[in-house]
Amino acid sequence: MAKEKAPKRALRDTVGDKIFYTINIIVLLILTLIVLYPVYFIVIASFSDPDAVLAGKVVLYPMNITFEGYSKILERTDIWRGYGNTILYTALTVVLSLLVTVPAGWALSRKTLPAKKLFMIYFIIPMFFGGGLIPFYNVVSSLGLVNTIWAVVLPSILSVWNLFMTKTFFESSIPSSLIEAATIDGAGSFRIFGSIVLPLSKAIIAVMALYYAVGQWNSYFNAMIFLQDETLYPLQLVLKEILIASESTTGGSGETILQQYRLANQLKYVSVIVSSVPVLCLYPFVQKYFAQGVMIGSLKE
Amino acid sequence: MEAVNNVQSKKLRKEKVAAPKGRRWRKFKENSPYLLMILPAVLVVFLFNYLPIYGILIAFQDFMPGDKILSDSTIWVGFQNFERFFTDPMFWPLMQNTFLICIIGFIIGFPLPIIVALMLNALKGKRMAKVIQTIFNAPHFISLVVLVGMLTLFFGRYGLVNNIAASIGGERYSYFLESKAFRPMYILSSNWQDFGWSAIIYIAALSNVDPQQHEAAILDGATRFQRVWSIDLPAIMPMISVMLIMSIGGLMGVGYEKALLMQTDGNLQVSELISTYVYKRGLTGVPDQAYATAIGLFNSIINVVLLIIANTTSKRFSENSLW
Repeated sequence: MAKEKAPKRALRDTVGDKIFYTINIIVLLILTLIVLYPVYFIVIASFSDPDAVLAGKVVLYPMNITFEGYSKILERTDIWRGYGNTILYTALTVVLSLLVTVPAGWALSRKTLPAKKLFMIYFIIPMFFGGGLIPFYNVVSSLGLVNTIWAVVLPSILSVWNLFMTKTFFESSIPSSLIEAATIDGAGSFRIFGSIVLPLSKAIIAVMALYYAVGQWNSYFNAMIFLQDETLYPLQLVLKEILIASESTTGGSGETILQQYRLANQLKYVSVIVSSVPVLCLYPFVQKYFAQGVMIGSLKE
Repeated sequence: MEAVNNVQSKKLRKEKVAAPKGRRWRKFKENSPYLLMILPAVLVVFLFNYLPIYGILIAFQDFMPGDKILSDSTIWVGFQNFERFFTDPMFWPLMQNTFLICIIGFIIGFPLPIIVALMLNALKGKRMAKVIQTIFNAPHFISLVVLVGMLTLFFGRYGLVNNIAASIGGERYSYFLESKAFRPMYILSSNWQDFGWSAIIYIAALSNVDPQQHEAAILDGATRFQRVWSIDLPAIMPMISVMLIMSIGGLMGVGYEKALLMQTDGNLQVSELISTYVYKRGLTGVPDQAYATAIGLFNSIINVVLLIIANTTSKRFSENSLW
């Protein structure tokens, strides 16, 4: 096939090159397996007989298929409440963060922004230096946000990195002649932003929405330090208790431990699946936007 | 059209230079909507980034939770909290643990994405490269809780690794209760999660390499490996330098999120890092916020100094720097 299409190239491939290409593809395929296998194992273990999983028999394919774990997780109200909370926090974070990040990115990308240099320095400093955990905690606490959803949402609505990414996007993809023409036609700054810039910026809006959404969906730490009320816990915090808390408290005699493990283990596999499904399902469709974001970010650097 | 615009903007600029006060004011008014657009971001950064910087002052005080940062009754203690940290028996273990996990992570985690990017770029089938890249990027979106949860499912006492070991007659080994296993698990899982994601930036840089360079090299009889070595690698060198500077700046800046999840009583002697210690001293048990803030400040100063050193060094020996 290659011969017909590109005879020259076929001639050029020396033995050494062939070895190079073969080793290259083999190593990449091994890496692919290393990435995929753990995920694959979690999936097959989630609907295999827990005893077979514990006996180390489930390695390549599921055994004695059972959906007990899945029916059990339906009864876990804490997981579903966590799910609801996470969806709420994520939606709020995305809406607010877009309202804050996109206009600011546009303003920062304008040469005519008054005191532009000062604003740049103002936003660059936090990239390299911060107050640290305790002063941050005290600020959130003195704003009266502790044990409210705003302690989880508000600190996440602006990432300076994302702001600069947005700015770079506007600088490189909105033609300045367009803005000048609109200005001459008498359109005000807000009109220009709303009816010319925004419609041209769907790509960056999508990237930002996804970045903020995934960040909030996956985070647990702020919720852990700021929320005491369990009904406010996001999914990751509920998962943390299911997945991780039990590992260090191993004690007692062998039989009971094994029994506990048997019950808890399947729930763990299932909860990993259930919590990751939205991100995993969405991922293949949106991954090009994520990669785009990284590239926009790298333009200026 | 372009030319007309140019002339017009030149005219505008000239006018601006000679603008009397009234006109400058009008110019400001014209651009003031931008100030309104940037205001929310300024506020958020002020609240959650600058107010905490002001809060660092408590590191130099005898501070009780609930105290005001500045008031008449503030007790200033100078560098006493820092001195306490330097004589804390945890000081050297913390420094060592933090440094080791960062440096080993860096030695493995820095070159890996570069190599992967070069390999993907050298792949003949571009479709296949896309598919593999999509798979490599996926673990980046797994949350830390789930990642550590997966680690316990694989390396727990009754996890896959131990089950297989036991079924072939081996001993069960509690990876999570052993100090020895903490760093390998931490570093390898981080790399598993992020090597593909970190490679994107290099892959993007590689796509800008002029194909003519490759054609010319082929005519000169260069092998594919030689072309990777002397065309592709030099092409991404500026990007590598920038990433190197940033990594060195973060060399002591490992976060608490993942380490906290992996800590057990058994591995605490290597898994306690500066950042996790700050969390524990400052927010759990009987909180000693002034002390924890001082430790945190000490840590961020190290990071800033490292960043400045890396940047200056890079500036001196190459053209590449962050500023």
